[in-house]
Amino acid sequence: MKPMKPGNMLEIRWHGRGGQGAKTAADFIASCSIKEGKYSQGFPDYGPERMGAPIRGFTRISEEPIRLHCPIDRPDIVVVLDETILDSVDVTAGLPDDGVLIVNTQDSPGDLRRKHGIEAARIYTLDATKIAFDEIGRPIPNTPMVGALVKITGILGLDGVIEVLKEEFKPKFNESIIEGNLKAVRRAYEEVRGE
Amino acid sequence: MAKVRALTGNHAVSEAMRQIDPDVVACYPITPQTELMQKFADFYADGLVRTELICVESEHSAMSASVGASAAGARVMTATAANGLALMWEIVYIAASTRLPITMTVVNRALSAPINIHCDHSDSMGCRDTGWIQLYAENSQEAYDHAIMAVRIAEHPDVLLPVMSMLDGFILSHTMERVEILEDEQVKAFIGDYTPLYPLLDVDNPVTYGPLDLQDYYFEHKRQQIGAMENARVVIPEIFAEYGNLSGREFDIFERYKSDDAEVILVCLGSTAGTAKVAIDELRAGGIKAGLVKLRVFRPFPHGELVEALSGARAIAVLDRSASFGAEGGPIHAEIRSALYGRTDIPVYDYIYGLGGRNIFVDDIKNVINLALEGKAGEMNYIGVR
Repeated sequence: MKPMKPGNMLEIRWHGRGGQGAKTAADFIASCSIKEGKYSQGFPDYGPERMGAPIRGFTRISEEPIRLHCPIDRPDIVVVLDETILDSVDVTAGLPDDGVLIVNTQDSPGDLRRKHGIEAARIYTLDATKIAFDEIGRPIPNTPMVGALVKITGILGLDGVIEVLKEEFKPKFNESIIEGNLKAVRRAYEEVRGE
Repeated sequence: MAKVRALTGNHAVSEAMRQIDPDVVACYPITPQTELMQKFADFYADGLVRTELICVESEHSAMSASVGASAAGARVMTATAANGLALMWEIVYIAASTRLPITMTVVNRALSAPINIHCDHSDSMGCRDTGWIQLYAENSQEAYDHAIMAVRIAEHPDVLLPVMSMLDGFILSHTMERVEILEDEQVKAFIGDYTPLYPLLDVDNPVTYGPLDLQDYYFEHKRQQIGAMENARVVIPEIFAEYGNLSGREFDIFERYKSDDAEVILVCLGSTAGTAKVAIDELRAGGIKAGLVKLRVFRPFPHGELVEALSGARAIAVLDRSASFGAEGGPIHAEIRSALYGRTDIPVYDYIYGLGGRNIFVDDIKNVINLALEGKAGEMNYIGVR
């Protein structure tokens, strides 16, 4: 997608629940962007975090130095890691009509729009929880959502993202978990659906 | 050649500490500083520094160990935040009064009570009269740069005062950003070897630190300390210029952003200065001549230079991220008004904001500037308080 803000900046807001990896994903995309030579920020809202509580993550990507140091209130892209959050959090707040909303759900974009009465944004959906279960063996939807984000927005190359993922996961996880995450990213890249 | 890295503010400062490789580091964790020391402890455990790492039992002990090691002749660093800084307060004052060039990063966090882990400047602003030099960072890059320059400022023979370098808790300390890291050799060459002037462990030339000093000489020693802080006014810009040449980044005691022809000038420090630059660009696009003065050095306070920088404006709006209870406005406001007293009659409006980490957005800052320009603000105002 084409950035419209000064400095060609794109702002991504992540909504998830504690334990789903929204912070990790926000930081990961920032790290990938910086490694591609861009300017970027990745940060979460630090509240009294606990498993299952709604949390937010933020990523800014720009061709020029980023001076803003505040949460994102006018996102270009919103990524929702848990569909049930739509019942309690206004995830599309500040998102323009041509903004992008990517949701982890079994529903099609059209069904999701009707079910939740969403008017704004272009909606994309993906069953990231199923992909995570199939490929990683755990319901942590963040890496599939990264794959979907990369596909829809084109802000980063898939190959570059895969390389950074291998590099950053290597000190933390065993071979099979890394391989599972790579498969999850690639599958999400293929399976994400638009309207 | 500098290396581009994706680092949080905490990790950026720990990289600076690794490159500085201090003789002694006193370590005690407190949110949001914990990751900074944790990362440095990794470097220590991996054998990447030759530092003596002292894991102390409290912040009071952290500063006590720093004072002892510095008096002995070591290059010493530590880091803390909020209540940790409050607990070490007694020794913070002693460090400066003993003229020990310790450097310390403070990851700004609100003081209790009620307990709060998020950013405001009540911790370091409460320390503004302890005799430490104070530097405030807008972003993680500056936090890294300040940590390196602080060593040279503190150890300069005309200064010999400790330096406190601030970065905003969570907003910078826990945000991943693009940071350029100098080569290790460049940093080592810039800071040079430390030769203490009066090391306590030099038994051939015995000296006394911290003796009883009553009506006879205490006053003279305080007068010398005031003089050292005045000397820092000369030394700091020299070191900023030298580091600017090395890094390719510009440093001034304060930054003027589009303030030369501005009708209204905002004064602030820390990460909010970055958000303010975006607000000023948006206002200028709408025809409003707004500008920013971003303070970098708060102690010594650059009053003379600020008078010149602010005198052309019709109105000045100050953003304070801490309160000074019972005073007329926050700490920055008081300094600015004092600097301008008798020299101009430009109205100075104070805005207390962001206590306990309350967010501040571009629109908040635009609103502040608009109200100041229209003369519709009171002398003391609050942003976003219910």
